[in-house]
Amino acid sequence: MTAAADIATTDKPLPGGTVLVRRHSPVVRITHWINVVVLFFLLQSGLQIFNATPALYVGQYADFDHPVMSLTARNTPGGPVGITQIGSARFDTTGFLGLSQYDGRWAARGFPSWLTIPGYQDLATGRRWHFLFAWLFAINGAVYLITGLASGHLWRDLVPSVKDLRGIGPSIVEHVRLHFAHVREYNVLQKLAYLGVILVMLVLVVAGMAMSPGLDAAFPFLIDIFGGRQTARTVHFICAMLIVLFFVVHIVMVLISGVWNNLRSMIIGRYAVTAGSDADAH
Amino acid sequence: MLTRRLPSRRNVVRGIVASAGAALLAGCKQFDGISQAPWFRKNVLHVGEDINTAVQGFFLRPSSMAREFSAADISPKFKANGTIRPNDPDYQALAADGFADYRLKVGGLVENPMEFSLADLRAMPSRTQITRHDCVEGWSCIGKWSGVQLALVLDRVKLKPEARYIMFTCFDKLEQTADETGRYYETHSLEDAYHPQTILAYDMNDAVLDVPHGAPLRLRTERTLGYKMAKYIRSIDAIDDYSKISLGNGGFWEDRGYDWYAGI
Repeated sequence: MTAAADIATTDKPLPGGTVLVRRHSPVVRITHWINVVVLFFLLQSGLQIFNATPALYVGQYADFDHPVMSLTARNTPGGPVGITQIGSARFDTTGFLGLSQYDGRWAARGFPSWLTIPGYQDLATGRRWHFLFAWLFAINGAVYLITGLASGHLWRDLVPSVKDLRGIGPSIVEHVRLHFAHVREYNVLQKLAYLGVILVMLVLVVAGMAMSPGLDAAFPFLIDIFGGRQTARTVHFICAMLIVLFFVVHIVMVLISGVWNNLRSMIIGRYAVTAGSDADAH
Repeated sequence: MLTRRLPSRRNVVRGIVASAGAALLAGCKQFDGISQAPWFRKNVLHVGEDINTAVQGFFLRPSSMAREFSAADISPKFKANGTIRPNDPDYQALAADGFADYRLKVGGLVENPMEFSLADLRAMPSRTQITRHDCVEGWSCIGKWSGVQLALVLDRVKLKPEARYIMFTCFDKLEQTADETGRYYETHSLEDAYHPQTILAYDMNDAVLDVPHGAPLRLRTERTLGYKMAKYIRSIDAIDDYSKISLGNGGFWEDRGYDWYAGI
């Protein structure tokens, strides 16, 4: 199917040389917004769970004296401070990481109350929120992947062609200059970002499963993928942070590349493109 | 037409973004109330762990074994969590004498209630396993455990047909309460109780089990999280229902919101 033929049969020409094209399918739109809600709860209940042991390790067991990352509170002559340690580098993060205010009092907490669900320290309830939304995330993700594979959406719209990849340099230049071509198809950086975040989410899910002693007994290879439960926990955390990074970049790009057009395309599916530009772009 | 309508749309979008941002910055305290609402905990929040239980029950066969490691993999430091020194006077008297007078009482829904001294248990066939201990808090340690398979003890006392769970009552109170609800206890399914790696451990890392790690006897159920593995075991009972015991959820931590099936 060519973009030009599609425009001729289904798209609405608007005054001013723009054309409304169908961009996102109903499944993509629905799973996208479910994911927004689900990831909000997963991230914050996940940080609640992290706070029960606010440190990350590598290997089969926790080498308590050598975390790869930790958020701790220490007493100093000048009062308590929050310390973030990554590798051998230390940062004073008092008020945010390691030590923060809760109900007007200083509390030793990995992540602060306003970033966790529940806000108070409660591992058991954090786990309940996390597993509830983990299943919604898994079901939602499965619907997206199965329909995306069956319809060809993933292959057609997200996997970059060789021609796309050759154009990666010019595409970066265009992004830096904040020149955004309003065309139906994703540019190569979008394709790589969306494909990348799907892969990160898959690794995140498998790493989460690998932390389960029950699943490890049923499927021993789970732990071998990562080389240890503590490594799996660290990978799970890094994947979550990569999704946060994706979210920040995604929001910035949505805001600066035509926020209403982008939002409309993800809500009702229609996206305004410059007439004729779509066919030219590919 | 499109351009003339843009400013108002822009304002709408700004409004949405601003309110979403404000909701985020206001923190998650708005979920604190619902997190504690009994109906929400029982009917909604619990669903994820119910699915975990069902799915793991489907994939985990009675023969599925937890990984066993080599001596080189043992953690240099094995964290002792929960109670590390029970203040129960009976316990302290037993400990002072090296647990020579300790008797494990096994009863409840059994044909022959019995008492076992540590010497009795050590005289039975032993199993040694080097396994990973996974704490619900997120850390893991690897240790070497020796003990008697729980199945051998249960075979001696012979469960009655109505027995459905095995309950472990401990010497320690992890929460200081006036009644017995602060006492540590755990209940297990018969499948976990009879699993080959389920042992009553009396040795750890080639030494007699020390007090911080649960002397004189602790449970190892290697396919579950650490809180299922009761330390300081005083007695074992076969039961048909745990809903009338203590706070009714089948364990000390279960009574405080943790899941009974602790496979994840």
